[in-house]
Amino acid sequence: MTTTHAEQLRALAAARWRMALGLTLAMVVLYFGFIALIAFNKPLLATRLAPGLSLGILLGALVIVVSWLLTWVYVAWANRRYDVELHRLKTSDPQRS
Amino acid sequence: MTHLLAAAAPLTSTAIGQPNRVAMVFFFVFIAITMGITWWAARRTKTTEHFYAAGRTVSPGQNGLALAGDYMSAASFLGIAGLVSTTGFDGLIYSTGWLVGWPVVLFLIAEPLRNLGRYTFTDVVAARLQQTPIRIAAAIGTLATVTLYLIAQMVGAGGLIKLMFGISYNQAIVIVGAAMIAYVLFGGMIATTWVQIVKAGLLLGGASILGVLALSHFGMSPTRLFAAAAEKYGDAVLAPGKLVSKPLDTISLGMALMFGTAGLPHILMRFYTVRDARAARTSVFYATGLIGYFYLMTFILGFGAMTLVGPDLIKSVDKGGNMAAPLLAEFLGGTPFLGFIAAVAFATILAVVAGLTLSGAAALSHDLWVSVARKGHADQREQLAVARIASVAMGIVAVLLGITFQGQNVAFMVGLAFAIAASANFPALALSIFWRGCSTAGAATSMIVGTFTTLVLIYFSPTVQVDILKHPSAWFALKNPALLTIPLSFAVGIVVSLLVPDRDAEHRFAQVQRQMHMGAAGE
Repeated sequence: MTTTHAEQLRALAAARWRMALGLTLAMVVLYFGFIALIAFNKPLLATRLAPGLSLGILLGALVIVVSWLLTWVYVAWANRRYDVELHRLKTSDPQRS
Repeated sequence: MTHLLAAAAPLTSTAIGQPNRVAMVFFFVFIAITMGITWWAARRTKTTEHFYAAGRTVSPGQNGLALAGDYMSAASFLGIAGLVSTTGFDGLIYSTGWLVGWPVVLFLIAEPLRNLGRYTFTDVVAARLQQTPIRIAAAIGTLATVTLYLIAQMVGAGGLIKLMFGISYNQAIVIVGAAMIAYVLFGGMIATTWVQIVKAGLLLGGASILGVLALSHFGMSPTRLFAAAAEKYGDAVLAPGKLVSKPLDTISLGMALMFGTAGLPHILMRFYTVRDARAARTSVFYATGLIGYFYLMTFILGFGAMTLVGPDLIKSVDKGGNMAAPLLAEFLGGTPFLGFIAAVAFATILAVVAGLTLSGAAALSHDLWVSVARKGHADQREQLAVARIASVAMGIVAVLLGITFQGQNVAFMVGLAFAIAASANFPALALSIFWRGCSTAGAATSMIVGTFTTLVLIYFSPTVQVDILKHPSAWFALKNPALLTIPLSFAVGIVVSLLVPDRDAEHRFAQVQRQMHMGAAGE
């Protein structure tokens, strides 16, 4: 083996933090982008897309839906990639007897 | 519009304020079922593992529902529906804000928390730091958050029951207190979890029926509902308006909501009830979906109440608009449906206060008594006995606070609880998880500074100075201080850690990192 067990775990941990921080950043951009529009560009959000549907209402609903999709992205990644790799590391763990 | 008038006469007066037989029946059925659950749970609550963490046997789906139950308070059901019905789009800002903290909980907190702690989030902060200062500082942050949240819920419950059941405010508070103490004292986390699940089912079901019935007046089309609202009350209801006249206020509240969720002790405690980190992760995914659905529903309920009931009648019953959802129910299904929705709102409050009481009791017994006073040397019997005494104490405190704050405008207290959670609990938690250099002194001062600056700035904010004390202006301009206090707590935590480093803690970082991913040995 070219890398030690500890190094592999560290690399996996780093991959998880990259994913977690990236998605957190996406969340911050998404929500505070919406808030910034409310705060600084009210007329844009008042734009009518269809009878009864303003851009503001559509974006508000989208913030909720996209937030949930982001949690789905993370869970799908973690279940398929992270857990599999973690399981491999756990079973080959020299610190566990 | 003609078929609308044919379907139901407009609501001109309301049964709210008179005792409602249906509400009482539903309420007693709820109490009977939850007490049955408590009796069942009490026989299974033999160790602290059961009492605080339901024996770690809750499934991800159950925990998702329970998280949603713990989180969807009456403030969001009644308050946001009311805000939307009286202001339109502005209220929706709250609907979205109350959801966006959940992805943050999932990405940053849920899994490390499950792998590093046993019963409270303080376990995680204290994992590689010195126990005593961290436990004391975190208990202060926890108790401040829990107490403020409890006051808001208790006062809301007292007002609601007084309206629906025709009993006095104090009697209402005592009934809530007695039921919640019974759940927590006898059934611990097992009973509290199932009370949350029943409540989440009732609330989601009740809101769905209400939403579908409201939409049936508009051909099941949300946009036709919004169009009808705009036709009646002007296009302005579909666009940002007065409520967000100050951009910084909006951003500050947004920060409190986004990062506060990741610092709410009663929410964080739920991650210990599941088997492992993977189950914790899955449960947040379910919870986010359920809560998101619920807040999307508040769009319909709010605009439905605005269009079908009308803001004038809503405000005449309650200035703050809190009775919008019950009034909509009365319009759509008459007094019986009003009674059902009122009972659901009441069950909601009862479940949330039970969760809060349990997390406050855990801070008192697990963090302060067992870890600080007894230095971790307390046997199972003693730990369980202290946990139960602490639960009763928290319950009595909640009742006394509810009575003390009767008639006060406490709507701001939930926002304040989020601000403290975001400024006192979240920064210390994040720093201790992510940063090797985080020291005991740094984390403890961050939590203390976060708690007290938030409390002080709220006192000097327009919310207290202008709205409650009726002073012409306030010394501090922001209604919610999170914009200032979250960065401040992070800065204090980092600077103090650099000034007073903790070599032992740095050495233990690698081991803690390992456990954060691999889980504790033997689990």
